[in-house]
Amino acid sequence: MQLFATSLLNGVTYGLLLFMLSAGLTLIFSMMGVLNFAHASFYMLGAYFGYVVSTKLGFYPALLVAPLMVGAVGALVERYGLRRAHASGHVAELLFTFGLAFVIEEAVRLVWGSLPVPYKVPPSLDGPLFTLYSATFPTYKAFMMGMSIAMLVALYAGLTRTRAGLVIRAALSRPDMVEALGHNVPKVFMLVFGGGAALAGLAGVIGGNAFVTEPAMAEALGPIVFVVVVVGGLGSLAGAFVASLFIGIVQTFAVAVDYSIVKGITVSQVAPVLPYLIMVAILVVRPKGLLGTRES
Amino acid sequence: MKAKSVLGVAVCASAFFATSAFAQVKIAYIDPLSGLMAATGEHGLHELEFAAEQVNAKGGVLGQKIEIVPMDNKLSPQESLIVLKNAIDQGVHYIVQGNGSSVAGALIDAVNKNNERDPSHAVVFLNYAAVDPDFTNDKCSFWHFRFDANSDMKMEALTSLLKGDKNVHKVYLLNQDYQFGHQVARAAREMITAKRPDVQIVGEELHPLAKVKDFSPYITKIQAAGADAVITGNWGSDLQLLVKAAKDANFKGDFYTYYAGVVGTPPALGESGVDRVKVVSYWNANAVSPAGEKYLEAFKKKYGATTDPYTGSMHMALTYLTDAMKKANSTEPAKVAKAMEGMKEEGPFGPTEMRASDHQLIQPLFVLTFAKAGGALKNTADGTTDYSFKQDIKLDGPATARPTSCKMQRPS
Repeated sequence: MQLFATSLLNGVTYGLLLFMLSAGLTLIFSMMGVLNFAHASFYMLGAYFGYVVSTKLGFYPALLVAPLMVGAVGALVERYGLRRAHASGHVAELLFTFGLAFVIEEAVRLVWGSLPVPYKVPPSLDGPLFTLYSATFPTYKAFMMGMSIAMLVALYAGLTRTRAGLVIRAALSRPDMVEALGHNVPKVFMLVFGGGAALAGLAGVIGGNAFVTEPAMAEALGPIVFVVVVVGGLGSLAGAFVASLFIGIVQTFAVAVDYSIVKGITVSQVAPVLPYLIMVAILVVRPKGLLGTRES
Repeated sequence: MKAKSVLGVAVCASAFFATSAFAQVKIAYIDPLSGLMAATGEHGLHELEFAAEQVNAKGGVLGQKIEIVPMDNKLSPQESLIVLKNAIDQGVHYIVQGNGSSVAGALIDAVNKNNERDPSHAVVFLNYAAVDPDFTNDKCSFWHFRFDANSDMKMEALTSLLKGDKNVHKVYLLNQDYQFGHQVARAAREMITAKRPDVQIVGEELHPLAKVKDFSPYITKIQAAGADAVITGNWGSDLQLLVKAAKDANFKGDFYTYYAGVVGTPPALGESGVDRVKVVSYWNANAVSPAGEKYLEAFKKKYGATTDPYTGSMHMALTYLTDAMKKANSTEPAKVAKAMEGMKEEGPFGPTEMRASDHQLIQPLFVLTFAKAGGALKNTADGTTDYSFKQDIKLDGPATARPTSCKMQRPS
């Protein structure tokens, strides 16, 4: 019972964290049709900007300032890079973001060096929140969960309940019509890409101190956010949310299972690669993902 | 016309190589200088270059200067073999490598083959950190010398501390799922059973290398098993995140580790590692001899006050190499290798010996605990100003030595 309760809590926590990481990617893909390979790099930029700003102004201002900075970088990337690549089609876009990831990583290495930076959880959020059986649950994790849910609500409400959301969605499916109505479609795309980058940046500010802020963090994170988005259904926000929780809980419970699948290999041993197995299975059985709508 | 210019280039090239070969002992440093492990590779390079500068400042060896040739192997065995070929073509007779036993294993094989085929281009391999016990047992080679303690010797030291710690009753083994992690788990099981039969191993876990983001589920499992100590060979983010998760969940037990001191890890551990993380090492910055202290101070002056030359095996390797050259009165690899066998040197923590039977350096080992700096702990852990390592036990060289199954094949 104890193991079950703690594992469930760990699973939900991890799931919400995954959602936080993949929300920006989903936004960009669903609204622009761009599969952004540099997403994890924006996450890393967020962590580094968050570290710099929090040492100067404190953690809470960093929570606002750093994502805006990353968003600005994202908007510039869209305006001066991606928009040109877009003219040559999807493959050019993919390759562009793929190359961008390397450029950002090397830039980070040049500016901050290849060692981890001492980015710490702020004292006000450090320490245990409550005790479940003998294990404590840290305040900061609860904070991360709260931020993740807030992101989901804000994104959902923003896209479906506001006029701006309406224009963004319309610009995706009927760009000519939206343009004819007097909206600046390229600017809309620039803002969406900047917004997605800012979300990744926010995840970086929050995740950077919970984990380790180093140049390798983008590479370590890259694959798992794609798994979430593919399993959830490319471009589906709700799908990404469901997939995050599903993967988080499955992986956490798998760690607790010592049952041998084949001789010498236990379920727990393969737990961290389970998400990738799930992705392959989903692609075979239901290529559009759990809640996806598009086929490609 | 074409033939002429080719000839010209050839003459220039041979003149260039001839002069440099006369004037210098070239040592190739084959380790990752880009990619995920770049920070570790760079730190090692600093220590090697610094050790070489010290030798050169005293006039070099046999009138020749030491020149370090850094070569990036991207942590890949295949890449390392290409780089080794390059080094040999450049007239390099000594190579230094340490990151990754998979790389070291490939290099040993390649060096053996090369030296048999072409003795005039023989190469000696100075291994400063690859800890697979096989390299000084079944796979031992006359051309390979190891200046780090192998993973079994390190486990011997860790379990020596465990032997005296009556607070530990239940141990959990958590390791990365690859060759090194498996060896740590095996050695821990054997030695705990032998030294503390009353200690129960309540769990044994392997997880993929550098894939786990959140270690909470593992900590939950460790707590559920009632463990009061964890033995782990984890390094890098796998160690840092594990310890953070332990602190978050208020897990009280100790971590017995191999790599808590390496570049990047002490600052990432920070408060979460204090009094919780133990490490086995041949380096203890706060216990160095006066000569070692001087070396340490000079290193800090050059590379920054928060650095720690914890890769002391680099300095030892160059000390052995240059003294062996003097003893052999030659820089010829085969003679130098012969001279190095059985040599003894005074290290920064006591006597050391390059064991002739398997080319394993026998040196003192420490088990240390990550702690707040201050007082006697004036030398801080690498990259930090607030943390240091406090000594739990010191084992002198002979106490760390283990029998070897090596049947050394020496060239006739």
